[in-house]
Amino acid sequence: MSQNEMNRQPKVCPIIANHIKIALVGQPNVGKSMLINSVSNAHLHVGNFSGVTVDKTEVLFDYKDYHFTVVDLPGTYAFTDFTIEEKVTHKYLCNEDYDLIINVVDSTNLEKNLQLTSELLTMNKKIVIALNMSDEAAKEGIEIDEKLMSELLGVPCIKVSAAAKTGIEELIETVTQVYAHERVESKLIFSEAVEEEIEKIVAFLQKHHYDANNSYRNVAINLLQNKEKTYQRISKKAIWTELQPLVVEAIHHIELHHNTDDLKEAFAEEYSAFNKGIIAEVVRYKEEKKEEKTVTEKIDNILIHPLYGIPIFLFLMWGLFQLTFVLGALPMDLISGFFDWFGAAVGSTISNEEVRSLVVDGLISGVGAVILFTPNIIILFIGIALLETTGYMSRVAFLLDGFFHKFGLHGQSFIPLVTGFGCSIPAYMSARILKNDRDRLLTLFIISFMSCGARLPVYVLFAGAFFSEAVAGNVLFAIYITGAVMGLIAAKVLKLTAFKGVDEPFVMEMPKYRFPTMRLLFHTVWGETKMYLKKAGTFIAGATVLIWFLSNYPHNVELEKSYTAKIEQAQTKQEQNILHNELSKKELEVSYLGKIGKFSEPVFLPLGLDWKMAVALEAGIAAKEVIVSTLGVLYSLGDSVDAQSHSLKTAISKNIPFASAVAFIIVIMVYLPCFAASIVFTREAGGIKYFFYLLAFTSITAYILAFLGYHITLLLGY
Amino acid sequence: MKNLLNCHKGDKVKVTKINAEYNLKQRLISFGVMKGAEVEVLEHAPRKKTIEIKVGKMRIALRGEEAELIEVEAA
Repeated sequence: MSQNEMNRQPKVCPIIANHIKIALVGQPNVGKSMLINSVSNAHLHVGNFSGVTVDKTEVLFDYKDYHFTVVDLPGTYAFTDFTIEEKVTHKYLCNEDYDLIINVVDSTNLEKNLQLTSELLTMNKKIVIALNMSDEAAKEGIEIDEKLMSELLGVPCIKVSAAAKTGIEELIETVTQVYAHERVESKLIFSEAVEEEIEKIVAFLQKHHYDANNSYRNVAINLLQNKEKTYQRISKKAIWTELQPLVVEAIHHIELHHNTDDLKEAFAEEYSAFNKGIIAEVVRYKEEKKEEKTVTEKIDNILIHPLYGIPIFLFLMWGLFQLTFVLGALPMDLISGFFDWFGAAVGSTISNEEVRSLVVDGLISGVGAVILFTPNIIILFIGIALLETTGYMSRVAFLLDGFFHKFGLHGQSFIPLVTGFGCSIPAYMSARILKNDRDRLLTLFIISFMSCGARLPVYVLFAGAFFSEAVAGNVLFAIYITGAVMGLIAAKVLKLTAFKGVDEPFVMEMPKYRFPTMRLLFHTVWGETKMYLKKAGTFIAGATVLIWFLSNYPHNVELEKSYTAKIEQAQTKQEQNILHNELSKKELEVSYLGKIGKFSEPVFLPLGLDWKMAVALEAGIAAKEVIVSTLGVLYSLGDSVDAQSHSLKTAISKNIPFASAVAFIIVIMVYLPCFAASIVFTREAGGIKYFFYLLAFTSITAYILAFLGYHITLLLGY
Repeated sequence: MKNLLNCHKGDKVKVTKINAEYNLKQRLISFGVMKGAEVEVLEHAPRKKTIEIKVGKMRIALRGEEAELIEVEAA
């Protein structure tokens, strides 16, 4: 580095001086992610159930002269290490470097939310409280005096609404002010009994001039709450020998006072008492607390009814898959027509036969086959987004826990499992809401039984190829339900063998029903759809070209020559066509892909799968969409001459026997998730050995079930 | 002893003791289910496998086995 450059560097630094790093903390489902989305222009995933955010995410944005980094932490009810998400948050708050905390609270349920707030107040950090959902609170007749609340807590409290985007500016402004000033001690006070003990310890520390890195009061509270870090520091000092008996006695007094042997319980009661006092001061209910039922209770009376609850859920799911098929089929002709036209148009401009085949038969027909299913995917994603954002998901977990429990699963397993219908990757991540490692692993293992969105195209294709339009939607529903049932049975088997042990308790918050805004729905669905299309344009396109190459090379000159001669001699057009098809078929068989397929064919033959289907399944390990594009390439090559059977659907119903199709679908339902999902699975499960377990487990199960499926279908006479 | 499981739908009761093991107890406490808290029983799933309760303004679902560990008295 030259002298000149080195001199210039400090001038860049002032930017860092105005950098504010914020930790966003709050209980689950209070709208932390949505608040970030409103403050910046990020599109973090938002839902209406606890545990949407499972890992910390950083969002950067600028405001006036400041650069903000906001760390969105997973929601946590208290500083316990109950779930992985809670550990993530707790660890971050205690060990990482950040400037201040924004504590997001739900204004409509202040008392519960303040429980975490009071724990935060005992930390030696600058805090700003965001009273979120203030619009909703106002609607419910809850009035909060935020000025008085700021006064009483000693921390600024700002009314905001992430959904309506109000108060955001004020919040940021306050953050910059708090950042610029010295930290003020919060006004959190305990009961007399506890305050007395705190005073004793503070007096002792003062007397011995303990060299603390925060206030003596803070040290005392930390000692009383068994905070590891404080102990580590102070226990190395000489005063510790005298202090220790003092602390032991203090803790004993507090436990006695609260009639418990559990310090955490004692402090929870302390906080609760403090919060009740705050609430009594600052919250006013406009009208008399009405005894009539809230909207949520009215809806719950129907949706979680002991008798109708589960049938209603099943009906809604059935409806979703009907819509997916029926509505999704409407624009299909248009899209496939477009790609036919587009392929022909592009093809006519390319004179080189090889390049033309690459672009038209490889790229356009492969990618087109995947894009064709975008409408279906969108409908499925809308369904899942509604499930996530309305609050219905937790209700289903409530309804299904008893049933799930029989199969060794946890009611909350339902959440990752449903997410799995969209994509396995977020599903694996969301399994973190399960605290018990065994339950989590078990759930991880069966997530892939929930057919992901990428597998939908294959099902739509085959359902359409073998069934009339009237029943295809039902077939689709049946495939998904069968997958889920197989998953449950697999869970039972695993629970009885690999994951034996005690059951995790089921304690879960049931969020209020919320109607998602169109904007939120749009962003969620569009985000997912964009990813699907992006994948089609990049990864799938690449894979398609590879498949095309492998299926076209090496050229067998001999074969070509002998057929060219034959075709020339042929009398009728029809004869020519037949010969042409025969040539394509033979060429395909001697290609690299044909060789790979033929090599693995013996394995797949007992399942009734020919080498083409075997290749499609093998390609599907990369990504499930590739199955369709591979079939697209394989069957368009063989049939390109015959304009009548240009559509892949007809090609499939013509070339694949029904029993083989059944086996093929079963394999897809069960076998290894795609490459990217497998990586996430391995990470979440905690080791490469689990990947091999998953590989063995899914492959063996898929093979056995497909074998049974094939032979039973044959026996039934199809 | 009366516990949360043998309460009827619509009952409003007060928690007197939680007999759960450490982790579950912390969980319940962090949800606001602690000594002295007032709880309302909202709904039972089929065969009381799971029950829905209301603490303050928060609705919580828990299993029958866990509800059984929470001792209550009439509020």
